[in-house]
Amino acid sequence: MSTNDRRVVVTGLGVCAPEALQVNDLHQLLLANRSGVRHFPELAKLGFSCQIGGMPNLEAVELENYFSRPWLKGLNSKGLVYAALSGKEAWLDAGLPLDMEGRDADTGIVFGAGILGIDKLREAIHKVDQGEVRRLGSTTVLQTMTSGASAYLAGMFGCGNRVSANSAACSTGTEAIVLGFDWIRQGKAKRMLVGSTSEGGPYVWGGFDAMRILPHKYNDRPTEASRPMSASASGFVPSCGAGALVLEELESAKEREVEIYAEIEAAVVNSGGQREGGSFTSPNPRAVLECIDKTIEESRTPPGQIDAINGHLTATGGDLAEIKAWHEAFHKRGQALPFTNSFKGHIGHALAAAGSIESVGCVLQLKHQVVYGNHNLTDVHPDIAGFASSSLLQKSQPTSLKRVIKASFGFGDVNACLIFRNWPEPKA
Amino acid sequence: MNTEEKHAKLMHIVANYLPEDVNVKDIQLNSNFTQDLNINSAHLVDIVLDVEDEFGIILENEDMDGMQTVQDALNIIGAKIEG
Repeated sequence: MSTNDRRVVVTGLGVCAPEALQVNDLHQLLLANRSGVRHFPELAKLGFSCQIGGMPNLEAVELENYFSRPWLKGLNSKGLVYAALSGKEAWLDAGLPLDMEGRDADTGIVFGAGILGIDKLREAIHKVDQGEVRRLGSTTVLQTMTSGASAYLAGMFGCGNRVSANSAACSTGTEAIVLGFDWIRQGKAKRMLVGSTSEGGPYVWGGFDAMRILPHKYNDRPTEASRPMSASASGFVPSCGAGALVLEELESAKEREVEIYAEIEAAVVNSGGQREGGSFTSPNPRAVLECIDKTIEESRTPPGQIDAINGHLTATGGDLAEIKAWHEAFHKRGQALPFTNSFKGHIGHALAAAGSIESVGCVLQLKHQVVYGNHNLTDVHPDIAGFASSSLLQKSQPTSLKRVIKASFGFGDVNACLIFRNWPEPKA
Repeated sequence: MNTEEKHAKLMHIVANYLPEDVNVKDIQLNSNFTQDLNINSAHLVDIVLDVEDEFGIILENEDMDGMQTVQDALNIIGAKIEG
């Protein structure tokens, strides 16, 4: 069987997002158009301009279901916890066994991260500076290495195929799916647990606050702050969490007789090279269009068969450029923009985890045959309205959905794009 | 602190690092931490830190190298407290 013949489907979903510790919580939050953004007194105390954000509340989580006693003792890496929660949910959702004895050579992991274990790192830096390097304990390295989350998950499940972590800023999560998809298509694994985790809090969000790209006028109205595509958009609301998907070769999924949520038809990454108007922090518009174009071409989707776009759409100046790229990709195929949404209005921008959490949301749209609304989109930016006014829903709407296209863009001028198709496949 | 108290405190520490399939009751004086009790060797440094905190002593690298069994650990702890 050649690369082009192998088909890749999604058989497991997991999430750990603000106000959504499980996949069904995320569905309910997006469906009801609720917000996961809140005010952080800690940020106010530290003099942040933007004192709001989104963060999963772990208070009620029984961590002993995810970590052994020695790990729990010095555990101070939220990114690792988010990854463990979402990864285990996806694994169990796919009907895979929690067999602590066996090693599964056909299953691998690509679980990305931006920065991991920053609170643990801070703790370690203080100890080192105080001359107490010998008191760092045995898990400081494991909790702070970028591949710590992928390695921890591999140990939980006995994954014996490729186990690594990717990092591509805010496109990390979507890129992880691309990498897992490619790996299965090449016949190198039957299953890949893919996803990403991203930490939050002052030490992660501070650098963005310093760049003045976060909203500072909504500290008393946190749920209204994240406004992708709005005239009143004033920056992205930082958040954090993790998303996880089990990707599986179609034949393997059929053999295991598990529920298939969607097929991934195409997955593309590229970079704008920080040329042609692109820079470290803003995308080369031609490369964004190329990434979207190639994804549509690779999927061999007939015209008019993509029913929804889930954009990167962060609520910054980049929204208009992104909408222009989507418009151009569809316009040249003789189509108007399909329904377009951003889940960042609900849960903020989860940075390295944005692509994986939002991809889980895209698959949920297909599973539940609904297009989620755009939270806070009460005043569409006039230039965006010119391209897309009829495709921007404020409230969730049940719709017959065949395909959702999803894109993420990241610092470093990197892009990633995917097409999820509804399962079972429509009859020809 | 008598030997029994030291032993009890040490057992309390070691119990936190035992794999699921090893019972604290299986620990003998001559048990080797890694070979008999299957404790991950990386966790020996954590046991050393816990011992330091519990007994108010400081263990050097050589002490750690010589701490292969439960009896080794008790000997080292005893010597440090008396020293």
